[in-house]
Amino acid sequence: MFPRPIEQASPAMRIGYQMLLPFMLLVWLIPLLAVMWFSVKSGDDFTQGNYWGWSREGLQGFANYWMVFTESDMPRYLWNSVVITVPTMLGAVALSCMTGFALGVYRFKGNLLIFFMFVAGNFVPFQILMVPVRDLTDQMGLYDTRTGLILFHIAFQTGFCTLFMRNFIRALPRELIEAARVEGVSEYRIFWYVVLPLMRPAIAALCVLIFTFVWNDFFWAVVLTQSPESQPVTAGITAFNSQFRAMYHLMSAGSIVAAIPPVAMFFLMQKHFIAGLTLGAVK
Amino acid sequence: MTTVMTDTPIDSKPPRRVVSQQTIAPWLFLLPAFLFFATYVLYPIVQSFYISTFEWNGLYSPQYRGVDGFTDQQCLELGNRAGREPGCELTGDTVWNAEYVGMENYRNLYTDPFFWTSLKNNVIWLVLYFLAIPAGLMISLFLNQKVVGMRLYKSLFFFPFVLSQVVVGLVFSWFMLPGADEGLLNVILGWFGAGPVNILGNADTATYGIIAAGLWPQTAYCMILYLTGLNAVDPEQIEAARLDGAKGPKMLWYVVLPQLWPATFIAIVVTVIGALRSFDLITIMTNGGPGFYNTSVLAFYMYDVALSEFGFRMGYGSAIAVILFLIMMVYIAGFLWKMWRDEKG
Repeated sequence: MFPRPIEQASPAMRIGYQMLLPFMLLVWLIPLLAVMWFSVKSGDDFTQGNYWGWSREGLQGFANYWMVFTESDMPRYLWNSVVITVPTMLGAVALSCMTGFALGVYRFKGNLLIFFMFVAGNFVPFQILMVPVRDLTDQMGLYDTRTGLILFHIAFQTGFCTLFMRNFIRALPRELIEAARVEGVSEYRIFWYVVLPLMRPAIAALCVLIFTFVWNDFFWAVVLTQSPESQPVTAGITAFNSQFRAMYHLMSAGSIVAAIPPVAMFFLMQKHFIAGLTLGAVK
Repeated sequence: MTTVMTDTPIDSKPPRRVVSQQTIAPWLFLLPAFLFFATYVLYPIVQSFYISTFEWNGLYSPQYRGVDGFTDQQCLELGNRAGREPGCELTGDTVWNAEYVGMENYRNLYTDPFFWTSLKNNVIWLVLYFLAIPAGLMISLFLNQKVVGMRLYKSLFFFPFVLSQVVVGLVFSWFMLPGADEGLLNVILGWFGAGPVNILGNADTATYGIIAAGLWPQTAYCMILYLTGLNAVDPEQIEAARLDGAKGPKMLWYVVLPQLWPATFIAIVVTVIGALRSFDLITIMTNGGPGFYNTSVLAFYMYDVALSEFGFRMGYGSAIAVILFLIMMVYIAGFLWKMWRDEKG
């Protein structure tokens, strides 16, 4: 193990390390803690220039959060984000289970080429797609709709998911598939009954990742939507920004609310999330 | 009962080749994803190249038919005004009203100062973003211990990566608020008798302020890559090196880092992509300002040219996108080349 395990160090070092940990964490998260502080202060504090001090009225507690939910478009934006994110997650994972299976199990001409096409497509800058995708979405009558965003996200995320799934399936024991073939099981049934059940960890990892990526997307949200009826929360919060301008207490409460779903997802599914991100980091 | 055709010699024709299930199955499995991907990713890339040779405002114009001595061609040339010209009438169709300009957009980019500012900022991003890699390594070494609550510490250090860039941008723009008592940064500087500074309001420093915000989640990402990598480092090699008297930086450089190469490679890939894709933070924190495009990068400039209130210049925007794409392709090609080598070897 590197660095040398702290248990082997002197007691003074151990205690020093234990104390340094929370301090470093505090420094690391300081911008975020500042926002949490903003989010529970009263609006008057900001108009009077009291950004950091304790005020006579004290803290607001959850009142700011309550206002965000009752007096802004926030609940609608959140709902839009859910409606966009969940189908994208299911669609991209379903499609990539199939591509991963096709590219990971079969040997055929062009296999690697098609695989590389998905990988490369996943890395291109969004701007090279922007004008045509916006135009296509408009032509289909899907501009400023959630469906328009979902369709694009499914297509784009499939690139990353294919990379992931294909490598995962490659690592599965091939004998399972060969054995099934000898038994005369059809290819479709091999996919459904042999491979798919083994893919559960990969499916879980991708679901969390795609959820986070799509929830946090901002670029496509501003390119393909514009009204509160269809905008997800990332784009919504900027509209919120112009509605509440320097009302930092509401804005910061709003941003915290917007951040909660992916954060909750991460803490619930940590193992899968990290397994997904670090794919290929250990070889 | 089937009739047996005795008059046809059995071996006159080769038996019809049965397409085996194994040959068509992969194509059937690939088809739906391929259609999606081709429509939304592959074809648009080609289209962007094509559109970059046009001047186009993103709209379609109605088409007119010539009547009373006007030819269709004349009505076409009259363009949008045609409807008001006598002798032209609406056909009910709409056409793409882009005007072919060849390489004009690219020539204009060459003399466009904002394009060069954006490109320069892209280089700054690319260089400074690499700080995320050593910083991530440092934090991962710091956290690679087995003490009580370490799992929670690791998660909390990783936390910034899970936040949306929009939230990160807002968080940092409040952190850097200019007044002496406003942003926490200035409050802290005040304790040391320094400041206040207006990082985002100053053309010389704003880009660095945004990059600092971007480094926060990116460092967290590199950290998690290295933590996973460190888990897989061979303990026997470390022990052997220890017996030989290696420790500290020497051990890190000669024994640990070579084993962390896969993690470093992924970190480089995601950092380059992250740096070149930077858009959200710039939009949220400065919207390209202060002044004209001082914090702009190609990704931002392209968006602003193509979809701004000053008019939709889709062709010009596409030309910028093509340049960005070509820069990115250098890295993508390198990445694919390595993958290809790994597959073969």
